[in-house]
Amino acid sequence: MLYDIGLTIDYTYDPASGAGRHLLRLMPATLAGHQRLIAGRLSVDPAPQERRDGRDFWGNAVTEIAFRGGHERERFRLTARVDCTAKAPELDLSPPIERLAKELAEVRSLGPGAPHHFLGPSGRLRPWAEATAYARAQLQPGMTTLAVVEAVGQALHRDMTFDAEATTVDTDPAEAFARREGVCQDFSQIMIAALRGLGVPAGYVSGFLRTTPPEGRERLAGADAMHAWVRAWCGIEAGWVAYDPTNAVLAATDHVVVATGRDYEDVAPVRGVLRIAAAAQTRQEVDVIPLG
Amino acid sequence: MAEAARPADDPAAALLRGYAPVSGIADELMDAEGRVRPVWHPFVSYLGGQSREEIATRVARGDQYLRDAGVFTRLYADGGSTERAWPLSAVPVILHESDWAEITTGLRQRADLLEAVVRDLYGPGRLVTEGHLPAALVAGNPEWLRPLVGVEPRGGHFLHFVAFELGRSPDGSWFVLGDRTQAPSGAGFALENRVATSRVFSDFYPEANVERLAPFFRRFRDALNGMRGGEDSRVAILTPGPMTDTYYEHAYIARYLGFMLLEGEDMMVENGRVMVRTVAGPKPVSVLWRRLDSAFADPLELDPASHLGTAGMVGALRGGQVAMVNALGSGVLEARALMAFMPRLCRALRGEPLKLSNIATWWCGQAAERGYVARHAERMKFGPALSNRLFFEEQAPARREGEALADWLEARGAALVGQEAVTLSTTPAWDGTRLVPRPMSLRVFLARTPEGWAVMPGGYARIGRHADTAAVAMQSGGSVADVWVVADEPVAAETMVPPTTGPFRRTELSVLPARAADNLFWLGRYVERVETVVRLLRAYHLRLAETDRGDQPLLTALADFLDLHGVSVDEPFAAVIAARLASARGCAAQVRDRFSIDGWAALGDLAEKVADLGIETRKGDDAARVLGLVLRRIAGFSGLVHENMYRFTGWRFLTLGRALERANAMAWTLAVFADAAAPEGALDLAVEVGDSLMTHRRRYAVATTRETVIDLLALDDRNPRSILYQFDLVRDQVGRLPGNEPGPPLTPLARRVLEVHTGLAVATPEALTTAELLALRQAMAEVASLVTASYFG
Repeated sequence: MLYDIGLTIDYTYDPASGAGRHLLRLMPATLAGHQRLIAGRLSVDPAPQERRDGRDFWGNAVTEIAFRGGHERERFRLTARVDCTAKAPELDLSPPIERLAKELAEVRSLGPGAPHHFLGPSGRLRPWAEATAYARAQLQPGMTTLAVVEAVGQALHRDMTFDAEATTVDTDPAEAFARREGVCQDFSQIMIAALRGLGVPAGYVSGFLRTTPPEGRERLAGADAMHAWVRAWCGIEAGWVAYDPTNAVLAATDHVVVATGRDYEDVAPVRGVLRIAAAAQTRQEVDVIPLG
Repeated sequence: MAEAARPADDPAAALLRGYAPVSGIADELMDAEGRVRPVWHPFVSYLGGQSREEIATRVARGDQYLRDAGVFTRLYADGGSTERAWPLSAVPVILHESDWAEITTGLRQRADLLEAVVRDLYGPGRLVTEGHLPAALVAGNPEWLRPLVGVEPRGGHFLHFVAFELGRSPDGSWFVLGDRTQAPSGAGFALENRVATSRVFSDFYPEANVERLAPFFRRFRDALNGMRGGEDSRVAILTPGPMTDTYYEHAYIARYLGFMLLEGEDMMVENGRVMVRTVAGPKPVSVLWRRLDSAFADPLELDPASHLGTAGMVGALRGGQVAMVNALGSGVLEARALMAFMPRLCRALRGEPLKLSNIATWWCGQAAERGYVARHAERMKFGPALSNRLFFEEQAPARREGEALADWLEARGAALVGQEAVTLSTTPAWDGTRLVPRPMSLRVFLARTPEGWAVMPGGYARIGRHADTAAVAMQSGGSVADVWVVADEPVAAETMVPPTTGPFRRTELSVLPARAADNLFWLGRYVERVETVVRLLRAYHLRLAETDRGDQPLLTALADFLDLHGVSVDEPFAAVIAARLASARGCAAQVRDRFSIDGWAALGDLAEKVADLGIETRKGDDAARVLGLVLRRIAGFSGLVHENMYRFTGWRFLTLGRALERANAMAWTLAVFADAAAPEGALDLAVEVGDSLMTHRRRYAVATTRETVIDLLALDDRNPRSILYQFDLVRDQVGRLPGNEPGPPLTPLARRVLEVHTGLAVATPEALTTAELLALRQAMAEVASLVTASYFG
């Protein structure tokens, strides 16, 4: 599936901002066999005093920009064409969940795809007892790792209410979970913590959803802004499997990957340090147009 | 018994009577047969020749030195923190140079090994791919900082300054208890231990063949200077700030080595270079000796919650524009679970065994190790796998009640290590009346120089409070002792001063960071505010003493005026003054590296004096007398600052702050007490608050009038209390600040100062009305704002 993606993020400051430095993770990724970035352009207005494009530890494209200050607004504008060929797994090649730890120990790697990064506490996420207990309650004898991932994701989709107003970007996932409501970020981080509690390595994916559904299908939730979902490591053979708990589906061609990491902190679309006197106003606009 | 073997007239015998090392562990002073080790003989005979009283006097001398020098550590407990005197144990640990040589050989190898390990963990990662190190142990370590993976450190080395904690086994051999690679503290305290201990034993130390510490610091200073990016860039020490437990040491080392002391907010990154914000604009820094934990160093790429870092620091490191000592992420080596793998890593990376073993450690994330640990649990101490604390500093993580050890290890294995339950050797400590054996561990510092690792010869041992050889923690009341490495031959007396080469050149003073300037400016202002309030309070109580009535018009006016300063005459004044002094000390604490020891002590004395006043409400004469005492202490502080402080840029900001505040206070006093509507006696009061009684009497034979008072206190450029005199100072100091040197074009600050000064210089007493005085106050506030905007932004 070919997509044209447009994203605009506006920040306005009143009074004008002081000096600032940001990291932008907005450019869709190229993932061998899953997704190819055909063309992409990220523009920043006003023009920053410094700009450096590179990759972070996980291989995500990251743009570092710096402003000397004195501006009242910032606009980040992304246009990209992406060919998305990802498929949901057709066969379940994952081991029974009891065997996962043994397979994990056999992976001798610290590369960005190694599952070891995704098991312990990360910047924003520490496993907490309620999430682990909740995940454990979804287990049934003889389940494969992939079956566990789907069971936990479906349970969360069933028990949690999607509410764009319920939480903010800084809400503690434990709090969102206690209230059983939140947005895709909360759904994803709760699922990650729950899976890690069971010993399943799990990480965070940011990206886009197609905004117009195919004929006869409903529009997916979370399509009007950047979206987030989960990927879980299901053993040496099955590898990483992506699951979207907000929509209770395995992620495939409707999901365009921008960045992957351990939790929101690793992939935040705009991360920055800015001297400002009052809270900034922000606005986001997304278009993901399928070209067929 | 060994004691019986000593002749009765041996002075050492009395000293050592009752000194009883624990059987089965090593003692530094005595061997297993109770004989004093040869290296201790001279010291024991020397000390034995003295009475208890003499020894007590000596010990007190060491403590006095440390107090005078202002050495402190910060103790954290129950959410608060307090400054705590440095707990020196006066008796040094004495080691023979041959014993020391074993340590240095072993530690040089270990430092090189750690460098190789950290280089692999942030580089190719072959220790993991080849199976020497479990991936989970690295990936789960919060000190392994992914943004630093692949970043080649400038100059090629990750580690430049490391420390090791060592203990001695019952068989006399040394072993490593912990590796300190993040930002080891204690080297500065070691210097202070040495100074204090050499004063305690001043008639023994010089001839005792003790290896000196200064050459170690000189070599490291030269090494850091050699790492700079050019003559115009600088070396700085990066500190988390005054609230950190070892801030004293950061300031001390900065002063001792002549490096800038910076906090994260003092710096910014510009086009990949690290610049320090100074009063003369941004200046490059190319070497940072980091005393801040890695994760805090850059809120952009590392911990986003950090307020101690500099946004973009990691990017600057990536670009090779700054050398970090030690590299960010070096803390990964401190995890105690890593010790389980060190013997194997040494063979894998160096093809040789460890020369100095470390405490036997088993990581419970592996089945075989878990089994071994469970079978030998009675000889183990358990602790968190990724913690960097020493076994005696930390309780084992709690097991659920009734949970079997094997189940616990199975469930939590990867998070746990077992370590052999070791004992430490004991060393003599003076308990007030006699020598007693106390457990000790050594901290040994290594610094990288172009010629290889330099080892600091001694300096720092931790001493336990009780005889229990498993409890040494400083924070729970242990102490610290100097360590003497004693040679057979006399050692060269060396200091920091390098041999002279070439003609003398006066070196440039280091630049002044904007934040330090800001603090000095406010220090000047706060101290002056204290003085103003004390003078007003004294005037009030003097008058109260002369009448029984508090409702006289002048007293009421004075009480109202004090009220405008936030002071109620009905409250105990000590608290009022103490609160204002606390603000001043807060500023001074931020700039301790730029502030003389005497100046800091004087401010401390002042605070102590005020604290002594207690909370009782004194009135009248009694109050006036103690307020007079406080005034004289303030004068003592001001005298030290203004007579003795070098006229560097920082001093100018201090002076500027004081002058502006003093001019402002005088303008305000005159606006109220020289006003036509002021009650009777107000003019005399103004003269008194202005400390100009004598002068006024001499100069004006006539009665006090508004004109005489305004002339003397506002317009007389020979009266140091007058507004004009203070404003002369302001103009002079502003003219010497960077960017404000005389000559066109005038900066907004210089223009405003010139306007105000000119208006004041040509004013007559008649023209300086109350409205004009209030306008002057406004002008003074504008000047202060312009100073802030021009230099501290």
